[in-house]
Amino acid sequence: MSPAATPYETVIGLEVHAQLSTRSKMFCGCPTTFGARPNTQTCPVCLGLPGVLPVVNRRAVEFGIRTALAFGCRVNEACRFARKHYYYPDMPKNYQISQYEEPLAEDGFLEIDIEGGARSIGIQRLHLEEDVGKLLHEGTLETAQASLVDFNRSGVALMETVSRPELSSPEEAAAYLRAFRAVLVFLGVCDGNMEEGSLRCDANVSIRPRGSAKLGTKVEIKNLNSFRNVQRALEFEVRRQAQALDAGERIAQETRLWEAERGYTRSMRSKEFAHDYRYFPEPDLVPLQIDRRWVEEIRAGLPELPRAWRQRVVAQYGLPPYDAEVLTQSRALVDYYEAALREWAPASGTAADRPKVLSNWIMSELLRVLPGDDEQAVRGSPIPPRHLVGLLRLIENSTISGKIAKDVFQKMFDSGQDAPTIVERDGLTQVADEGALGQVIDSVMAANSKAIEDYRRGKKEAKGALVGQVMKATRGKANPALVNRLLEDKLSQT
Amino acid sequence: MHQPIHELTDAYRRGDLTPSAVAEDYLSRIGALDGKVGAYLTVVREQALTAARESDLRWRAGSPRGPLDGAPIALKDVMCTAGVRTTAGSKMLERFVPPYNATTVERLRAAGAVILGKTNLDEFAMGSSTEHSAFHPTRNPWDLARVPGGSSGGSAAAVAGGLAAGAYGSDTGGSIRQPAAFCGVVGLKPTYGRVSRYGLIALASSLDQIGPFAQDVTDTAILLGAVAGHDRRDATSIQAPVPDYAAELSKGVAGLTLGLPDEYFIDGMDPDVERAVRQAIDVLKGLGARIERVALPTTRHSLAAYYVILPAEASSNLARYDGVKFGLRVAGRDLVEMESRSRSAGFGAEVKRRIMLGTYALSAGYYDAYYGKAQSVRTLVRREFAAAFARVDLIVAPTTPNVAFKHGEKEDPLSMYLNDVFTIPGNLSGIPGISVPCGFSATGLPIGLQVLGRPLDEARVLRAAYAYEQATTWRSRRPELA
Repeated sequence: MSPAATPYETVIGLEVHAQLSTRSKMFCGCPTTFGARPNTQTCPVCLGLPGVLPVVNRRAVEFGIRTALAFGCRVNEACRFARKHYYYPDMPKNYQISQYEEPLAEDGFLEIDIEGGARSIGIQRLHLEEDVGKLLHEGTLETAQASLVDFNRSGVALMETVSRPELSSPEEAAAYLRAFRAVLVFLGVCDGNMEEGSLRCDANVSIRPRGSAKLGTKVEIKNLNSFRNVQRALEFEVRRQAQALDAGERIAQETRLWEAERGYTRSMRSKEFAHDYRYFPEPDLVPLQIDRRWVEEIRAGLPELPRAWRQRVVAQYGLPPYDAEVLTQSRALVDYYEAALREWAPASGTAADRPKVLSNWIMSELLRVLPGDDEQAVRGSPIPPRHLVGLLRLIENSTISGKIAKDVFQKMFDSGQDAPTIVERDGLTQVADEGALGQVIDSVMAANSKAIEDYRRGKKEAKGALVGQVMKATRGKANPALVNRLLEDKLSQT
Repeated sequence: MHQPIHELTDAYRRGDLTPSAVAEDYLSRIGALDGKVGAYLTVVREQALTAARESDLRWRAGSPRGPLDGAPIALKDVMCTAGVRTTAGSKMLERFVPPYNATTVERLRAAGAVILGKTNLDEFAMGSSTEHSAFHPTRNPWDLARVPGGSSGGSAAAVAGGLAAGAYGSDTGGSIRQPAAFCGVVGLKPTYGRVSRYGLIALASSLDQIGPFAQDVTDTAILLGAVAGHDRRDATSIQAPVPDYAAELSKGVAGLTLGLPDEYFIDGMDPDVERAVRQAIDVLKGLGARIERVALPTTRHSLAAYYVILPAEASSNLARYDGVKFGLRVAGRDLVEMESRSRSAGFGAEVKRRIMLGTYALSAGYYDAYYGKAQSVRTLVRREFAAAFARVDLIVAPTTPNVAFKHGEKEDPLSMYLNDVFTIPGNLSGIPGISVPCGFSATGLPIGLQVLGRPLDEARVLRAAYAYEQATTWRSRRPELA
């Protein structure tokens, strides 16, 4: 249902939890490697044993500040941690160290590109906190006879960023999340992996009669753990609320859970059962004084952000916006592209089509064999940018054809060797020797007198068949332009 | 062999005594007498003897690790000891064996101290009498019918009764100074942040502080020096150099100005206590100190503020005891029932009372009126002390309004809370304070003189206490246990 078709307008705000890619946890020195054996990355601190105390991870604060600056937030001069209380067996202390009244940063924005232009979405606040462990149930939560707890994730550094309720459709919410992820990945503060839970999203959504100034009753939706789920869950929820209002019902203020497999949201707890978190300042930690010089150092080290990068490459190289969007799916991919371009065209403007040729090869070949959003996979590519450029140079100087190049690419990927080595070893050099090629053409012509007849009778397509025969005889190594020219010469001679 | 640590180590140096002989002696005294006193919850005989024998070798080789090498000491059972159960005086942790050592324990081991065992306390350090341990009450060596004070009553009674040469406790509202006064020993609460809290089972995180009990002020200085100093595992620990406390003891009080707060002499206090403290002040005057009256009017609000802040923080700190990961677990049909039953069975009445008080004080809609207000009072208390310390070097006052009371005498929690009225302001403001013996009541029970100082000014607090101690003979009197 398109928004214009309903008498309501939608108001959405997103809370995104991002796992910071710090090597150690938020308040202790335990490692944060994903997928380790249960309870092997724990210590007395992240297990919440009696007597332990937290110590703030400076790197996590730095990552928070870096992100805050990228979003144009005000980094507060002092911030404070607070305890947020609720009982849950995956939370060792039964309180979470978070930030409440004095967050790390406030008041920023994120620009998103949507159909029909760009929008700036306000960011209300950004704060740091610790993650909880994971419960593993035997069977379902309802039927489990026992549950196991894995505390490896307990205490991992999390950054929560709360948007203002300024998103006006599920599509915009998904666009926000995509843009948000791209920024974090570019900053190197989060790996952006939604499947592994590095990025988690809750949404607040309400609808109101079009033109009304008063916000409707908001519903919080949890468990939106992919871009697709964010959009689907919000679409479902907007429809559910509209139907309820149409039927004269009132929207209950509550928390709902998105059931991705079943495609609906269901009530988790109503307002009356909302937690009283009993926040109070964490007495085990002193307020953090953020040194202004440190903030300025971090600001000076900020990389070019995805949106700015896209705008620049579109303007500078004439790259299509689509290509730019594909390339910004990870920092590593952008770095790959830039490294390759630097290698190939050190003096810009030498070959105007190189930026596009390069993005074509990355999009159609590299991303066929590598997941472009996987930083590590791209950085560890068996074909480094230098090798890809080596391959493209062989095409450019007619040593090999584009068709052969695709085979060479696969061999490079499989072996890690560079293009000249493979081309040399496999004898793939394009046959560009007029004498040698002339002999091949002569023998092809001798064996295809009918095609020559046809051609001379004005059936010009017959030349194509002859070219194909020559290419076949040379196993694709012949330079097609040279074949065409020699063939034409020979055909016109007789 | 029942002599201060600095005398024991002198004897080790001369070769007159060995740490293992002294440890054996203490262990046999504990075996013979602790049945009466109940100072200990756990005695680690074998570990103590092993540590003592290692110390023997170092002394014999002429390379002791310092002034605590071979000193037989006891630890309040709230300091985590790797491999040795740490109960906090609660059924909840009856079988809890920590996998790690508190920083204090690490430092004491590194200093060569011989840890004899873990001492009794009011459950989770909530109390002023050590009657509310989940295991057994501790008795005052001066009169077994009376309490030793609390919550660090086991440590105080152990030192008073000759069951340890020195000990450590924790002080959240007076839990070192009050039992030191009741048991006639020296007890010091350092500046908040002077001693690491890492590994101290938390009662109220913003108030808790570890400190020593000793037979005299010299030992107090030595015991403090061994554990003081910054710890990167405790974000609230202070980064300041640790002075040589023992070296500064004999500088005297001549020229110091001591403040005397009117608010610490209240209606209803024991006249023996008031008399002894005023006489002690005269002694200090005679030693060359100037006495000046100071006003600390917010003192009367301290108790109320404390009994909001403490339960609030305690309710949060105790949330982790849910039967899931460690401590007592009582089975239930589901998670909520298991947690609820575990907490019901594991916690005693006073603990439950304070969890309820604290949970209420932090609840939405009440936070500002209770916790917020209490923090404002705390700020006032701190400012008031700062203003007083702009004029005077130290403040002298009674440690407690009364001497040790009888077991079962204070059934009403409020009258129990009033015991800490003179010690609580020191915790709210974070300043250091000592209790040093200053006489006896007509009934023969010890009385404590409290000396409070500026933040991190333990050296001067100890100096004044030492000057007083050297000018008097109270410490020569010992309780008869055998």
